[in-house]
Amino acid sequence: MPDTHFYRYDEYDRRLVAERVEQFRDQVRRRLAGELTEEQFKPLRLTNGLYLQLHAYMLRIAIPYGTLSSRQLRKLAEIARKYDRGYGHFTTRQNLQLHWIKLEQAPDAIAALAEVDMHSIQTSGNCVRNTTADHFAGAAADEIEDPRVWCEIVRQWSTLHPEFSFLPRKFKIAITGSPNDRAAVRVHDIGLRLWRNDEGEVGFEVIVGGGLGRTPMIGKTLREFLPRDELLAYLEATLRVYNRYGRRDNLFKARIKILVHEIGAEKMREEVEAEYRSMKDSALKLAPETVEAIARQFAPPPLRPGRTRVPEVEALKLGDPDFALWLKSNVAPHRVPGHAIVTASLKPAGAPPGDASAAQMEGVADIADMYSFSEIRVSHEQNLVLPHVAIEDLPAVYRALGRLGFAEANVGKITDIIACPGLDYCSLANARSIPVAQRISTRFAALARQHDIGDLKIKISGCINACGHHHVGHIGILGVDKNGVELYQISLGGDVDFGQTSLGTILGPAVPADRVVEAVEALVAVYLDARRAGERFVDTYRRLGIQPFKERVYAAV
Amino acid sequence: MPLYREGSAAPVADDGPAPAPLADWLGDRRGSAVALLNTDDAEALRPHLAALTLITLHFPKFSDGRAYSQARILRERLGYGGELRAVGNVLQDQLPFLLRCGFDSFESEQKGFGEALLKARTLFSVVYQPTEDGRPTASQLRLLGRRVMLAAAE
Repeated sequence: MPDTHFYRYDEYDRRLVAERVEQFRDQVRRRLAGELTEEQFKPLRLTNGLYLQLHAYMLRIAIPYGTLSSRQLRKLAEIARKYDRGYGHFTTRQNLQLHWIKLEQAPDAIAALAEVDMHSIQTSGNCVRNTTADHFAGAAADEIEDPRVWCEIVRQWSTLHPEFSFLPRKFKIAITGSPNDRAAVRVHDIGLRLWRNDEGEVGFEVIVGGGLGRTPMIGKTLREFLPRDELLAYLEATLRVYNRYGRRDNLFKARIKILVHEIGAEKMREEVEAEYRSMKDSALKLAPETVEAIARQFAPPPLRPGRTRVPEVEALKLGDPDFALWLKSNVAPHRVPGHAIVTASLKPAGAPPGDASAAQMEGVADIADMYSFSEIRVSHEQNLVLPHVAIEDLPAVYRALGRLGFAEANVGKITDIIACPGLDYCSLANARSIPVAQRISTRFAALARQHDIGDLKIKISGCINACGHHHVGHIGILGVDKNGVELYQISLGGDVDFGQTSLGTILGPAVPADRVVEAVEALVAVYLDARRAGERFVDTYRRLGIQPFKERVYAAV
Repeated sequence: MPLYREGSAAPVADDGPAPAPLADWLGDRRGSAVALLNTDDAEALRPHLAALTLITLHFPKFSDGRAYSQARILRERLGYGGELRAVGNVLQDQLPFLLRCGFDSFESEQKGFGEALLKARTLFSVVYQPTEDGRPTASQLRLLGRRVMLAAAE
């Protein structure tokens, strides 16, 4: 394994994952032998990431805190080739999904993951799911502290948790260490935000009860400031309150957001604090040595401050307008001068958002080896990230990504669409998502126009479960089924930026699939006509309200 | 319903007292066995635990995990030391979790349950969470390892 700058399994982690593989192998054997009914087997396979979808089994692989080594990414490519159809789908929860797995081969696929210290444990089921993080963690110029250290602590604590493996519903935790939230912490069951108080101490703001789905809610702050070493005690207290009092009578009301909503944030806080008092200073309190040992593994790579203005880069900027646009949209500031964070766009015009072939995964792994300390990130926006690139290497990285089709200069732009797999793959969906995303991205493919429109987030879900986060899209698109016809409900003004997290407002009646692109054109036209200097689409919407958008869209469609 | 305890793959005889529902038992406090529903508050037994030798916790469905929290509250917070029995829809794949939460007897109709019970404590040689079973967690073992190494280096 190359010298990674993030957590590496030790003998304990390795043993646990290996034992889990063997347990699952036995469960699959018992299912195939008829010793387990499908009803009994279902929760067992789900907690190993194995779904039964429309056409086949789907394996959902955890990418803890979105961090991968090149070796791990190559192994994912190998698994996609050997056990699937040679490609995979990166999701909004920092997972990789393979959609064509055979049940008999699932234990082998999971064993192959374990070879590179990966797993699919708890990527589904009513338990604590893969903990997500800012995809720029450990590299971002605006970061207070690397959230991945805490994600790894949560990963270990939540793995096969004896008390919380049969919760009322799934449970999602996200952590950010930056004031600019790239992990959407206010729309998770628990969102954790690291911040520094007036005394200079770093601690967590604990936000509970956010979420999307059929009842979207913005989480409430239960704790303004939690000392870091009390994190697990506070999580255990919160989960215990949820496990005991969360509703189980109705699947749609079983998430913690409903509990917080029904009893109120004040009562929830009292309950959690009461549990917490009985756990505080228990064995759950994190020893400083434990935290330090994990934090050491996340030590940044040895980056020497370098030149920020490199002649070759400046020359290419002048000679190649697409490269200049790419620098603006796909390259973010690094904390070490002379370096940058590069986002590889998995959204070339007309492509299904988040898909990558095995060859593309291997290509990205090669680029990471050459230019980014063998490290790759997966973003909740379904892109891949090279977190530590020297500015002088940007032209080479741009060209190499271009050869893979991943150098589209559209990050944060109208074609950088989040979309769930939709009716093409998912048994829950009511409507297709991918073809709608493809149509929009084809229509708006011209880069100069995209950059003129500026930052605009479109998010598409094929059903009310909102895997595509449509509630928090500047433009949200929700597929609905009306008497067998796929229609799309449009909402405006959703946002996950910290401090202005908001849920979108429905524009009006749903439109047919072949009118969605015209509707987006009309929305953009209203914005372009009305925008003031420096205003993003969502800012103009906030200033004008929904009316002018509504009028133009329904006149157009 | 067959009853299992660790040590034998075969069901054992249930010769103990019949547990009374919580409200009944609190009413007359007769006998030393109580059956809690998973909506009951285990705290109600706090003043009476010394009088009890058996508490049963209920799994109406194996996927309903409220009784795990009740078990840990009884064992860890209230210090209950008697028998703690899982009843209802109890399946062998739950055993590692049940054991870690403090259950020590189990009613199950599932074939192979006894054999699974014999292996359940060794299915996972590593645990990450501290619970009343007292097993050292991975992070405690790491800490110990580092301290031993440091001591050896001095």
